[in-house]
Amino acid sequence: MIRALILFLVIALPAYGETVVSGLSQNRVAITANFDGSEILLFGAVKRDAPPPDANPLNVIITVEGPSEPVTVRRKSKRFGIWVNTDSVQVDAAPTFYAVATTGPFEDILNSTEDLRYKISIPRVIRSVGAPMTITDAAAFSTALIRIRTSKGLYQMNPGTVRLDEETLFRTSVALPSNLTEGDYKARIFLLRGGNVVDAHETAIDVRKVGLERWLFSLAHEKPLIYGLLSLFIAIVAGWGASAVFRYIRA
Amino acid sequence: MQIYLPIAEVSVNAFLLLGLGGIVGVLSGMFGVGGGFLMTPLLFFIGIPPAVAVATEANQIVASSFSGVLAHFKRKTVDFRMGTVLLIGGLIGAALGVQLFNTLKAAGQVDLLVKLCYVIFLGVIGTLMFFESLRAIRRSKTASVPIRKKHNWIHALPFKMKFRTSGLYISVIPPIIVGICVGILAAIMGVGGGFIMVPAMIYLLGMPTKVVIGTSLFQIIFVTAFTTLMHATTNYTVDMALAVLLLIGGVVGAQIGTRIGVKMKAEQLRILLALMVLAVCGKLALDLLLQPSELYNLGDGGHG
Repeated sequence: MIRALILFLVIALPAYGETVVSGLSQNRVAITANFDGSEILLFGAVKRDAPPPDANPLNVIITVEGPSEPVTVRRKSKRFGIWVNTDSVQVDAAPTFYAVATTGPFEDILNSTEDLRYKISIPRVIRSVGAPMTITDAAAFSTALIRIRTSKGLYQMNPGTVRLDEETLFRTSVALPSNLTEGDYKARIFLLRGGNVVDAHETAIDVRKVGLERWLFSLAHEKPLIYGLLSLFIAIVAGWGASAVFRYIRA
Repeated sequence: MQIYLPIAEVSVNAFLLLGLGGIVGVLSGMFGVGGGFLMTPLLFFIGIPPAVAVATEANQIVASSFSGVLAHFKRKTVDFRMGTVLLIGGLIGAALGVQLFNTLKAAGQVDLLVKLCYVIFLGVIGTLMFFESLRAIRRSKTASVPIRKKHNWIHALPFKMKFRTSGLYISVIPPIIVGICVGILAAIMGVGGGFIMVPAMIYLLGMPTKVVIGTSLFQIIFVTAFTTLMHATTNYTVDMALAVLLLIGGVVGAQIGTRIGVKMKAEQLRILLALMVLAVCGKLALDLLLQPSELYNLGDGGHG
C-alpha cells in the first residue's frame, strides 16, 4: 500500500551523492461537506551511493504550499477620530497555505543564499514587487500578512518537527486547517548539509472539493442564474414549509 | 458537527448556524425586520467572508420574511397596495445601490462607508423610536384620549392614492422614496431594510403599527430576492449550504416570533426594537472609535 504511493526521483547531485526517496500518506485531499481539517504524513528516505560524509550533519526541511494568489494588505489609522483604512500594499502572490517543517532551528540549518534561491522560508515564498512611493515601511505590511495568516493556521513554521533516524529515514506530519482553499498543492523536501541544499524533491497534492460541495461550487460559477433561482426556491419552500408545519401544530 | 461551506470556503459548526438563524428568526417575526442588520455582523464574527455573508444573508431574509408574511396574510394585516408601491421604489433603489456599491468599491472605502451608514442610521432611528415609544407608553397610562393624526406637508403632495387597509389617502411619492432608500440600503448593507422602513411607515406615512409589519415583510421578500439574484449572477457569493442552515433555524424562529408579536403591545414592541437597534449601533461605533488590536487587514487581490 505504502510502497505503491512512494514516488521515486532520479536526480542525483554529484557533490554528496545523496538523493531523496519520498512518499505521502495521501496525494489527494478531498474537501467533503463535513471537512474539518486534515493531516498529511510525509515520509521518505535518503538514498546514497557512498557512506554519509562526517563533516556536516544531515538536515531535512519539508514544505507544503497551497496555490498563490494576489492579496491586498490594508492598514488602518486614525482620521477625524475614527479608524479608517488609509494605506494599502499590493502583494503580487502569496500562497493561500504554507507550512515549513524542519529537523532543527531554521537559521542554523539553511543559509540565506540558499533560502533566496529555493524560496523556502515564509517571507521568501511571498512575492511582492514593491509598495507605492507614499509608503515608507513596506516591510510592516508583509510582516502583517504573515502574522494574520499564521494566527489562522494558514502559515506554519514548525522547527524540529521532522524526525530523522540514522541520517536516512525521515518523517513529519502537516496539519491542514479547516479553512482550506482548493487547488494544486505541492510538497517539497530539501536535504541539507552545512547550510546548503544537497537535493530537492517535489510532489503534487491535489486538494479538491468533492460530492455535494463540488456540485454546488460548479453550479454557482457555471450557471449562476439557475443557482440563484434555486437558492430562492429553497428559501420560499422553507418559509412556506415552516408556516404550514406550525399551522398544523396549532390546529 | 462541523460543516464545510462550499462558497465561503470555511468550516463552521452547523448547530451554531442553526442557533443564530433561530434567534434572528424570532426577532424577525416579532418586529417585522428581516434581521439582516443583526445577522450580517454576526456572520462576520464567526469568520464568514463579508461578501459571502452579505449575499447569503439576502437569501436567508427571503425565507424568514416569506414565512413571517404568511401569518400576516391570514390575519389580513398586509396592505398589498402600499406594499406594491414600496416595492417599485425598492427595486429602483436596489439597482441604484449595486451601482453605488461598485463605485465605492473602486474607491477602496466601501467598508468604512457601510459601517458609518450603519452607525448613523441605527443611531438616529433607535434614539427617535426609543423616546417616541416611551412617550407613547406614558400617554397610554395617563390618558386614553386618541390623538388625531396631524396633517403635514406629506398631505400636500400630488398623485394621491387610497390605501384602504392602512386607512390612508396620501400621495404615492413618499412611499416610493422610502422604497428607494430601503432598496439602496438592502444592496449596500446586506439587510432587508425593515429597521428603516418600519419607523418610516409609522412616523412618516402614518400607517397603523399592526399593518406595518406585514407590509414591510411583503416588500422585503421581493427586494431581497432581487438582491440575491444580483449577487449570485455577478459576484458568485451566495452560499447555498450556509443559507439552508440559517434558514432552517430562521423560518422556525420567525413563526415563534410572529406569535410572540401578536401577544405584545405595539409600544412594547417598538421600545424593544429601539433598544436592539441602539445596541448594534453602539457596538459598531466602538469598532470605529477604539483602536483595533490588529491594524492590518487582508483583502482580495485586484486593486484596492
